[in-house]
Formats: sequence, structure tokens, C-alpha cells
Amino acid sequence: MNLPMEKKAQLQQLCKQFRIDVIETLHQRQTGHPGGSLSVCEILTTLYFTQMNVDPANPAKADRDRLVLCKGHAAPMLYRVLAEKGFFPVEEMKTLRCFESRLQGHPCSLETPGVDASTGPLGIGLSAALGMALGLKLDNSDARVYAILGDGEINEGTVWEACMSAVKFKADNLCAVLDWNGVQLDGTAEEIMPMGDIRAKFEAFGWHCIECDGHDVDALYSAFEEAKTVKGLPTIVLAHTIKGKGVSFMEGKNGWHGKAIDDESYAKAMEELGGAK
Amino acid sequence: MGKAIRDVYGDALVKFGKDNKNVVVLDADLSGSTKSAVFGKACPERFFNVGIAEANMTAMAGGLASVGKIPFVNTFASFLATIGLLSARALGSYSKLPIKMVGAYGGMSDAYDGPSHHALEDIAVMRSLPNFKVFVPCDATETEWVVKNAIEDASPMYLRLSRDVFPDIYSENDVFEEGKGKIVREGKDATVIACGLMVGHALKAAEELTKEGIEIRVVDMFCIKPLDKELVVRCAKETGAIISAEEHSIIGGLGGAVAEALCAAGAQVPMGFVGTNDTHGECGPYAKLQEKYGFDPAAVVRKVKETVAAK
Repeated sequence: MNLPMEKKAQLQQLCKQFRIDVIETLHQRQTGHPGGSLSVCEILTTLYFTQMNVDPANPAKADRDRLVLCKGHAAPMLYRVLAEKGFFPVEEMKTLRCFESRLQGHPCSLETPGVDASTGPLGIGLSAALGMALGLKLDNSDARVYAILGDGEINEGTVWEACMSAVKFKADNLCAVLDWNGVQLDGTAEEIMPMGDIRAKFEAFGWHCIECDGHDVDALYSAFEEAKTVKGLPTIVLAHTIKGKGVSFMEGKNGWHGKAIDDESYAKAMEELGGAK
Repeated sequence: MGKAIRDVYGDALVKFGKDNKNVVVLDADLSGSTKSAVFGKACPERFFNVGIAEANMTAMAGGLASVGKIPFVNTFASFLATIGLLSARALGSYSKLPIKMVGAYGGMSDAYDGPSHHALEDIAVMRSLPNFKVFVPCDATETEWVVKNAIEDASPMYLRLSRDVFPDIYSENDVFEEGKGKIVREGKDATVIACGLMVGHALKAAEELTKEGIEIRVVDMFCIKPLDKELVVRCAKETGAIISAEEHSIIGGLGGAVAEALCAAGAQVPMGFVGTNDTHGECGPYAKLQEKYGFDPAAVVRKVKETVAAK
């Protein structure tokens, strides 16, 4: 199932703008995580602009879909997407990580409209998403819950505890997404903690697995559409991504996980992203 | 004759939770011990046994709470205040979600399983979390109230229970209020501020002390957070000496909370701390452990005399 051409072009245009704006903000603030924000761009954009039932006018709506950004350090991209949806003004991005800002360094469900779960400590987001999914099922809600995991994050044992429980409790309203960019803070995933055959692991735990290009909005769209048809099992979309996607010198580089962007790198990045002034 | 607190807890979950569709109960393969299985039998669709996965259980509770449920998280206190702490902090405390952390087998009540299964730091750990409330009931009636209150009050909470039988202190006509300690015995020479097991022990100690001409007031401080600071200060002023008594380390628990309240109010009086003295325990008969590690009635008697002498 493909996106209509017009929708696809709209999403691609949004992603282009979001990358520019996030790099702009991170350069301004001189703090925050560029690499993982750029890799998760299409995943968040496709979810919020083709899948999720949310209402910025009523952020606490009971039957809304939920999204848990388990890899909470990608908060800048989540905030940019939520701002575009209308949860808060785009200009507020300037306050990211500022004193008394609603846009904390990692997502906070108490402070920020549109944020469904406080995250930051890695490993507990999938479990929290599962709890949401089971609670919504008890209420006979049709709402779905999305959980965005980092591939470094799946080093955490709790993720696999959640995998067992999601299958046992038949959480078919839970859709996890692995932002599979192959790089974590200290180095490549292969260097730091080789996870072996990740797809085989999730399959062995009993999950429905869909593998796709995590920067192709068409592929992501069809993966999420397929996930909705799976009954009795949780689904994970294994989205192949590139850390730092869109900025050549950040791509695949762990050094850009959480580094402040200097003026020279900023100028080069803006040129590549088409955002040079 | 009292009842085993764990049995009272299991029955109370059913009594107050059965007809409230938002009450959900989680356990990590200890439901036969914590007695959450009693609820599981009554309401299987709202009972989640996650296997031996405490971290996952606590984070799941955060998710359940965020969609309007009232999750009771059950395992031994020693595991809950350690493995469960990350989610208690990130999802309960920081996000103000109504996770109800229920530490079964508080103190050394799981006597024969030994120090790995004893909980002597849990009160200190859990009371340090912003937004968390902490309750340590001392008998069956109070345990029932604590469960009922946990369902009605949308705060993150830590309920510290026991495997053991506690003697009855209250009757069903007694009323309880959050943040209000209860004076269960009057006396003029000193006040023992106790929680859980130690309330009964303090009353026993009071009988011994009477023989020696010392009359103690006994306060059941079942709500450690928010603490009844006003009562603490009043007891200091009226009786001139304070002794805290808890089945817990003397570092950071009820005694710590009481001392903070006294100092902050400038109401310092001679104070003694009954509890374990910065040590782990061992396995053995519960009564022997209480005697050796300093939280039996005799330990209260000793500490009261010592503190009164310092007045």
C-alpha cells in the first residue's frame, strides 16, 4: 500500500524542513542530540501525519493514539513534529533545554502538550507503552500505541522483558519501531554490544516483524498499515536508518550523538540540507 | 489475635478493587506470596503476572496509570525499592502517575530467606522520591484503610507491608487520615513514634516501662510521607524526649523523617533511634532476628530509658 503522490511529497517536504529546523535549534542552543534526531525524522513524521489519531486542541483526549519516544534523547525531532501538528508554537523550539522551558532535554509528559510519556532513561519505554496498550484494551478502545526504540537501547534487558509480556498479553494494539541506525554513543552497535540477528531475536520472542527503509515514507506508511492488520501479536517495524541522516559528515558517526554543533559544521549542514540563508 | 498482613492485603484488594474497573494488579511471579493472586482469581482480566521481570512490571504500571488505571505493583519490598526504582522515579515520581508500589515482606519478615530478601532501606529510598507518599500500616484494620486510600488518592505511593501477623491495634470504628499520626497510648515521659511491627512492640515496651515508673506516649506514624510534623513537634514539647522505632535501618527512614521535622522546627529534644544499625541481617527465627538486630520490645525499652536519662 503506497501513499498518494501528493501526501508523499508533503511528508518529504516536512522532513526536509524538520531537519533544517532541528539543526538550527541545536546550533542555537549548543546542547542536545543531533544524530538520533535526524535518524528518527521520517519515522515520527509518517506516524504523526498518516497514522496517529491525536488532537492538539485536546491533547488529553482519552481515545487518542499514544507515542512513547523510548529513545528520549531524540526529543528535538519529536518537539518539532508536535509543533507542526499544533501542540505548541514552532517558535517555542527556541526554548529547547532553556531554563524554565516546557521543552525539557528529554520528553516530559507533565510539561509538554502532546508528549505521552516521560522518557530518557533507556529501557523502560517499551514496557510503559505496553502498559498503555493493555489499559486501552481493558477500556475497549481502538487506540494504538507506538513505541520508538533505539538500537543501542535494546542492549537493555528490560526491553526483552517487555517483549515477552507483550506476546503473552496479546498486545496487537502495540506497534514498536526500531530506529536501526547501527550507532550508539560510544561507537557502532557492532563495537559496543553486538546484538546478533536482531530480526530473528524479535521473531523468536513471537513478534510480527516488518523490515523497511526507515527514511522512505512510503515504506514506513505501508509497514504501519500492515501492522494494523496483525491480530493477536505485537508488531515491530525494523526501520533501517542512518544516524545523522541528511548531513554527510554526521552520517554514521557516533561523535555526533550528542555533540554541540560548531559554527562551521552548522554552515555546512545547512547548505547540505538546503536551509542556508 | 491479629492477622497476617499479607492475607489482609490480598482480601482488601478484592474488597475495594473488585468493583472499580480501573484497579489493575501486577505481580512478578510471587503472587502466591504477596497474596495479589487473590485479586487475580477474582478479577483475572485485570491481573497481569509478568513473570520474573520486576523492572518491566513497574514500567508497565506507569503506562497503565497514564491511561487512567490504578495499578498495584507487587513483589517483595527488597526488589521493589531496588529494581523497580527507575520506573518509580521516572514514571511515578517525575510524571506524577498513580503507581501503587506495594512492598510485601517488609523488614526482616521473610526471616528464613535471609538478608537477600530482607528490606531495611526501602522506606528511606521511597520517601526520597518527590510526589511519592509512603505508608507503613501496623495492623489489619489499618492495612485495609491503606489499600482503600491508595485507590481513592491519585498519587504515586509506596505501601510497605509484612509477611507476618501483627496484633490488632484498631477496631473497625477507628478512622484514619493521610498525614495524621495516631496516638495509641498516652504518657508524659517520652514519646515513641513507631510504624508497622514496632507499634505493637512499643505498646509492649510501655507495659514494661510502667513497672519502672516511666510512662510513654506511643504514636502510630503509619503515614511517613507526608509526615505529621505538627504531632511530632507537639510530642517533643509535651513529653521532652522522642524515640523513633522502625523495622528498618536507622538511616533515612521514619527516624530520619522525624529528626528532620524536629530540627526544622527548632524543637530538638533528646532523641533515640530504634532500628537496624547500618547492617544487613541473617536468616533465622523472626523473633531471634528482632532481638539480635535491635527491633524487639526490649530494644524499645532500652532506648527509651537511655533517651529519658538524657533529658
